[in-house]
Amino acid sequence: MQEALRFLSPGAEPVDRADFVEQARLLRRGSEAQARGLSLTLRGLRKSFGDNEVLRGIDLHIPAGQSVAIVGRSGCGKSTLLRLIAGLETITAGTISLGEDARPEDVRVMFQEPRLLPWARVLSNVEVGLGRERTSADAQARAESALVEVGLADKRSQWPAVLSGGQKQRVALARALVSQPRVLAFDEPLGALDALTRISMQRLLERVWHDQGFTAILVTHDVAEAVALADRVLVIEDGRIAEDFSVDVPRPRQRGSAELAVLEGAILKNLLEGTEDTSDL
Amino acid sequence: MSLIDSLPRVGAPKLPRIDGLIPWIVPLAIILIWQLACVTGFVSARVLPAPSDVALAGWKLLLSGELARNIWVSFWRASIGFLIGGSIGFMLGLANGLSPTSSKLTDTTLQMVRNIPHLALIPLVILWFGIDESAKLFLVALGVFFPIYLNTLHGIRTVDPQLIEMGRIYGMTDGELFRRVIFPGALPSIFVGVRFALGIMWLTLIVAETIAASSGLGYMAMQAREFMLIDVVVLSILIYALLGKLADSASRTLERLTLSWHPAFQKH
Repeated sequence: MQEALRFLSPGAEPVDRADFVEQARLLRRGSEAQARGLSLTLRGLRKSFGDNEVLRGIDLHIPAGQSVAIVGRSGCGKSTLLRLIAGLETITAGTISLGEDARPEDVRVMFQEPRLLPWARVLSNVEVGLGRERTSADAQARAESALVEVGLADKRSQWPAVLSGGQKQRVALARALVSQPRVLAFDEPLGALDALTRISMQRLLERVWHDQGFTAILVTHDVAEAVALADRVLVIEDGRIAEDFSVDVPRPRQRGSAELAVLEGAILKNLLEGTEDTSDL
Repeated sequence: MSLIDSLPRVGAPKLPRIDGLIPWIVPLAIILIWQLACVTGFVSARVLPAPSDVALAGWKLLLSGELARNIWVSFWRASIGFLIGGSIGFMLGLANGLSPTSSKLTDTTLQMVRNIPHLALIPLVILWFGIDESAKLFLVALGVFFPIYLNTLHGIRTVDPQLIEMGRIYGMTDGELFRRVIFPGALPSIFVGVRFALGIMWLTLIVAETIAASSGLGYMAMQAREFMLIDVVVLSILIYALLGKLADSASRTLERLTLSWHPAFQKH
């Protein structure tokens, strides 16, 4: 709080940029103490596109701050589930309830594509993430501290076109983080990245999730990624939750450890059995 | 960066001035050959006057003030006509790109009118407006309207829907969505329309001024034809070429300034 007062006091001496960003970060940390993740409850959730019923009754409770991975074969409805949670599709039947004090900017989505505005510099792209607070006086400071968090502070005045795929995705992450969301939904955010960039992005995602304590929902087709990042892995099959694994492996997790490999094997076996079942029909 | 991108950079720092002159080598060479052909008598002066004679005619007209006056009149007609037709086309393109109702109401009509060559309206326009300014402005405005309308509409309809969805998720109002996502996304296409329209603008004006006018470059050329002043005729044609080049350069500069984010316009 003293940090905050010093920062806000009009008589304070001018601080250099690094100090300023650091203090903005401290301010953010302070307010995050109350604004932790939201819990999510889905009851009898159904979604149809015309005659095609994609989700056939999903019942799910996600406690606040948990990180959940959703895996499944393509077309199983996992992305639809994520889009429903993010409010991008209308619900056919059932309910989704977030905590009662949830605001629209509490839920943020990160897509497979970075979806940056090519005509806005990196910093303005991050400012977009502030939603209605975009015009507030501290907008720029908040965007800058979000960029610091993803390690791209030096790219603030670049055009997105000059960034690499991984850097673009990190800018998209900064944009999603800048409004301090309480639920962050990831729709295959690393799907388009090469193997090495994926691993460093996974570490980054784990770190920001740990630092900020939002509820994370990660849709992925990569089971290894799911067990490395999540507390819990849901397998979706034919529009229903087929299996609910909890990943009780302490963090930081050793990639490729025996524990994770066993779990990954079990989930993969489950997924593949599903395939054989349908091919037998 | 690819190999091709890096190639021009190798020579560029050494010869920066010559680099800027390269586009002018061909026009200058043509003028030189033309001059030689006239001086040696290979081409008769009655068919094509030498560039030096054309320059001389230009100098005389410049001294009498006639040249400047006619260029100014043509330039004024071109820009006012362009502004009127361009802004109507832009507005309608926006309206039809953003509102399905507006598009249903007017797009079919506009597509029908588009297929009438606007120069075919010259007899009608002369009957309506006589040969004064409004006739020329009307024709220029009609000519530039369609390329700007069509390209604005196309630009808006092809803005990446994923970006629009992103804007909505992040709580942009309709106005913000337009300002920050739709308009910048449509801008490259709008510029294509502007450059097309600039070409049509000169074409329309030349035709309108040669057929029905009492001032302007086209009128100057027609007058010169009456008196067999072939050097003045050629002069007017060359001035049209220069004005066209000028308009194109202006739109390119504007493009470079507003599309600096676009990979195609980024400086290496």
